Amino acid sequence: MRAAILQNSPSQQAGRARQTGLAERVFRIRESGILVVLVVFVAVTTGVQPRFLDAANIQFVLVDTTTFALLALGETMVVISRNVDLSVGSVVGLSAYLSADLFASHPGIPIPVVFLAGLGIGLACGIANGIMVAAGRVPSLVVTLATLYIIRGLDILIVGGNEVDANQLPNAFLDIPKDTIGGIPDIAIAAAVVIAIGAYYLRTYRSGRDLYAIGSNPDAARLAGLPAGRRVFTAFAVSGAIAGLAGVLWAAQYGTINSTAGTGYELQVVSAVVVGGVAIFGGSGTATGAAIGALLLTTISSALYVLGISSFWDQAIWGFLLLLAIALDQTITERLTSALRKRRTRHE
Amino acid sequence: MSNLTERFRAPQLQSALRWETGLAVVVILIFAIGSAASPDFLTGNNLFNLGLSNGEIAIMTLPMTLIIISGEIDLSVASILGMSSALLGFLWARGWPMPAIFVTVAVVGVAAGAVNGLLVTRLRLPSLAVTIGTLALYRGIATILLGPNTVSDFPTAYTNLGVNAVPFTGNDMTYSTLIFIVLAIVFGVVLHATPFGRSIYAMGASPEAAQFAGIRVKRIKTILFMVSGFICSLAGVLWTFRLNTAVQNNGLGLELSVVAIVLLAGVSIFGGKGSLIGVVLAVLAFAGIQNALLLTNFNQEATGIVTGALLLASVFLPNAGRWFRRLSHS
Amino acid sequence: MNLRRARKLALAVPVVATVALAACSSSSSSSATTAASSPAATAAGSSSAAASGGLKTGLKVFVIPKNLGNSYFTTADSANSGGAIAALDALGETGTETSGTSATPASQIPAIQAAIAKGANALIVSATDPTALCPTLESAMKRGITVVTYDSDAPTCRTMFINQASTAQIGTSEVDVLAKEIGDSGQIAIVSAAASATNQNAWIGYMKQELKKYPKMTLVSTVYGNDDPTTATQVTQGLLQQYPNLKGIISPTTVGIAAAAAVLDTAKYRGKIALTGLGTPDEMKKYVADGTVKEFELWNPANLGYLAAYAAVELASGKITGAAGQTFTAGKLGSYTVGADNTVLLGPPYVFSSSNIAQFNF
Repeated sequence: MRAAILQNSPSQQAGRARQTGLAERVFRIRESGILVVLVVFVAVTTGVQPRFLDAANIQFVLVDTTTFALLALGETMVVISRNVDLSVGSVVGLSAYLSADLFASHPGIPIPVVFLAGLGIGLACGIANGIMVAAGRVPSLVVTLATLYIIRGLDILIVGGNEVDANQLPNAFLDIPKDTIGGIPDIAIAAAVVIAIGAYYLRTYRSGRDLYAIGSNPDAARLAGLPAGRRVFTAFAVSGAIAGLAGVLWAAQYGTINSTAGTGYELQVVSAVVVGGVAIFGGSGTATGAAIGALLLTTISSALYVLGISSFWDQAIWGFLLLLAIALDQTITERLTSALRKRRTRHE
Repeated sequence: MSNLTERFRAPQLQSALRWETGLAVVVILIFAIGSAASPDFLTGNNLFNLGLSNGEIAIMTLPMTLIIISGEIDLSVASILGMSSALLGFLWARGWPMPAIFVTVAVVGVAAGAVNGLLVTRLRLPSLAVTIGTLALYRGIATILLGPNTVSDFPTAYTNLGVNAVPFTGNDMTYSTLIFIVLAIVFGVVLHATPFGRSIYAMGASPEAAQFAGIRVKRIKTILFMVSGFICSLAGVLWTFRLNTAVQNNGLGLELSVVAIVLLAGVSIFGGKGSLIGVVLAVLAFAGIQNALLLTNFNQEATGIVTGALLLASVFLPNAGRWFRRLSHS
Repeated sequence: MNLRRARKLALAVPVVATVALAACSSSSSSSATTAASSPAATAAGSSSAAASGGLKTGLKVFVIPKNLGNSYFTTADSANSGGAIAALDALGETGTETSGTSATPASQIPAIQAAIAKGANALIVSATDPTALCPTLESAMKRGITVVTYDSDAPTCRTMFINQASTAQIGTSEVDVLAKEIGDSGQIAIVSAAASATNQNAWIGYMKQELKKYPKMTLVSTVYGNDDPTTATQVTQGLLQQYPNLKGIISPTTVGIAAAAAVLDTAKYRGKIALTGLGTPDEMKKYVADGTVKEFELWNPANLGYLAAYAAVELASGKITGAAGQTFTAGKLGSYTVGADNTVLLGPPYVFSSSNIAQFNF
């Protein structure tokens, strides 16, 4: 109560507004930084291999990015609050199989129902994570590493040696990743909309901004009266729900689903989020940046294959570029922070 | 400096010891249930196999413990193992003499760790992100070195590592188990009984305070990563000889198991807490579960679920005491 | 100080106790185990030497595929698909399927060791690596356990290998099937599994040889999908961009061909780029129905497992030694002759197409 009063004194408000304006500018500059890297990379690759930027490949890259960008959105919310969700790959796998299995065992089931079911499965997993992290006040890395194992184990137990094949899925469902509007895949547009909503929410809504506060200084946030537990719980629930949705998309894209779906995605998603400028210790970063990070990583992957660089060099180059992206982002952030700090002290 | 680090040590060890006791009980339970369910469990032969299958992972948990206590993490451990294995095979196939190969592999391992350390301490990059990148980079180098090839003509003098027990110890001790025990003692002494070890706890608990106390945080962290690199390359050599196979995907995916074991030991992911005895117990628990599930006809897919459940227990149970106290107070 | 040290020592006790317990029991029971396991090979087997054609019954046989949860192996191994365990049940043996979940030697070896510990008389293994399993398999053979490989070989440490089809024939027929579809000319590419996968590399070797018969066809690239759907998809997409004139793709791995088919299953590529390879009928049914894939090959995994089971039992019963030239009868599959390198061939690869795919359910 006392903290809340102190927080809202006029000078505090003015100071915060100034800081908010500066903060906004930092975020926007960081996003443009990653965007510049992406543009330069695409330009260089297209220069060497013009077919990199033809309609077909743009479609490929956008479809391949969609799942990751969505997962990156959920992960961003969690990471901003100084947590991490390592269970996303297992949730994708479980949701992919169970939703595909719905089609197989209930032919004629409406597609939207299956999407909702996948979302629900993911939401359930996210709620479990959220309760444990928020109520239990235990480190999320440990909890979500544990649920990574547990959910994958459940998936393997449920699936056994079975698999759902493309001929058991309705054509309309399998066509979803292939439909385009003006050359851009439907699902990419839908994902962009979802990410835009997510970014807006994080930036504008109280509950969104609270996540940044919690990530910057969890104890101070609690003392200031923020419902930290509730916010963190929501972040995990949303992350899980998105992973569930991504699982259904996975099934639509690949058509053959067994117990290995989604294996290993968690490290890729964390990479995308970090490359996208979201600080791993929380408190800063945007959903848009993370989405661009996912796009950049998929683009790098695609470029390596399109340029026909020997398959044996792919992974090393990918690892090197990832390190470069992380280092660049850190350097940019540090330069910006010191520049802004100098600016602020000059003004005061 | 010693005053500060002394103050850091006491409470950390106290709470850690409580979890280690619980973990010891769990280990005994696992071994009891295992031997009750299957007559083959506590046989020397089975323990030998246990040592064979888990030796390298166990060895890699030791430097990982120090790194996590210092407040960082190293996810590239399995890739350094793979890269060393690939390098070993690459050089052997080109006729290098084994001693020269050992030296080269060790140097490359240290260098790989140094890269991690420098990126984390000089460029101030988060170790989680950096080591995800080097995970891919080092595995990629392994792939460049060997491509689609497999090298599997190592001399029996070395590959007997994977077949014979250590002489004079009866028939049950594998070389990797022996190496693990020796290294565990060394790491244990360093961590718990030297100023170096105390400063690791200090920097994990509070990097700024440690810095002000005169502890050379950056240097120590870099050293820890270099030690990790060296140990993982040693693990890579052991792995290669045990399987008599150098191939680019050796050790693929092991990093999460190594981290899981260290977390299971009660080492706090935030740094500053944990003990090496806990790690030894956790290794026993982890290996014991896998083995028990395999020997009994219990579903092997459950291994992951059991490991995950234990991990959850490792963070909830120590807090449970605190909870009850809080509840009874409110 | 003293209290803390006392606490530390107190903790050391359970650790020491566990190890001591193990050491004590091991020194007394290790001799018991070694005594038990070698005679087990003969003891359990000799429980009744009657049964079909002098084959032993009551043998403990472990079927160890590359990994569990893979529908190809589930079909090969399980009883209700008529695979290995069905044959073992019919012969009066005890068949168990066991393995790890990640298709690596590190994941498979503990399962092999556990099988040995449980008193296996015979092991039927699909090797995750041609050499990494050898120390374990050799120690099994030293104890008198019959070791037979199927589907994927470990050539230096087994008594017999049950090959689904001749390696050469798989490689050459793949190229022939594709050549027929693209009119013997054009650029082709291969989407393989892991770069170090033995079977695929062996088949690709023969493919390259067979390509010499088609001077107007060029192999422009071999890419590796690592048996991961995402990677296989991306490498296929990369091929399409890099080689706009690509006429055909061969993917000798079920994960690869399924992923490639999903990529090609659009109006733009369907029918313009021919796709063939090794696929399971269930996974390919949709793509054959809509024309993305015309013909592809495989064999019947259930028959492979069935045959491997019979071979293992024949070996364990001492009726054959696995040397080339010997013959044995494999139940409903008929009689087989062991070929060079102690290898038995199931038969020629089977070509699936729209005319026959509906009959199969695996």
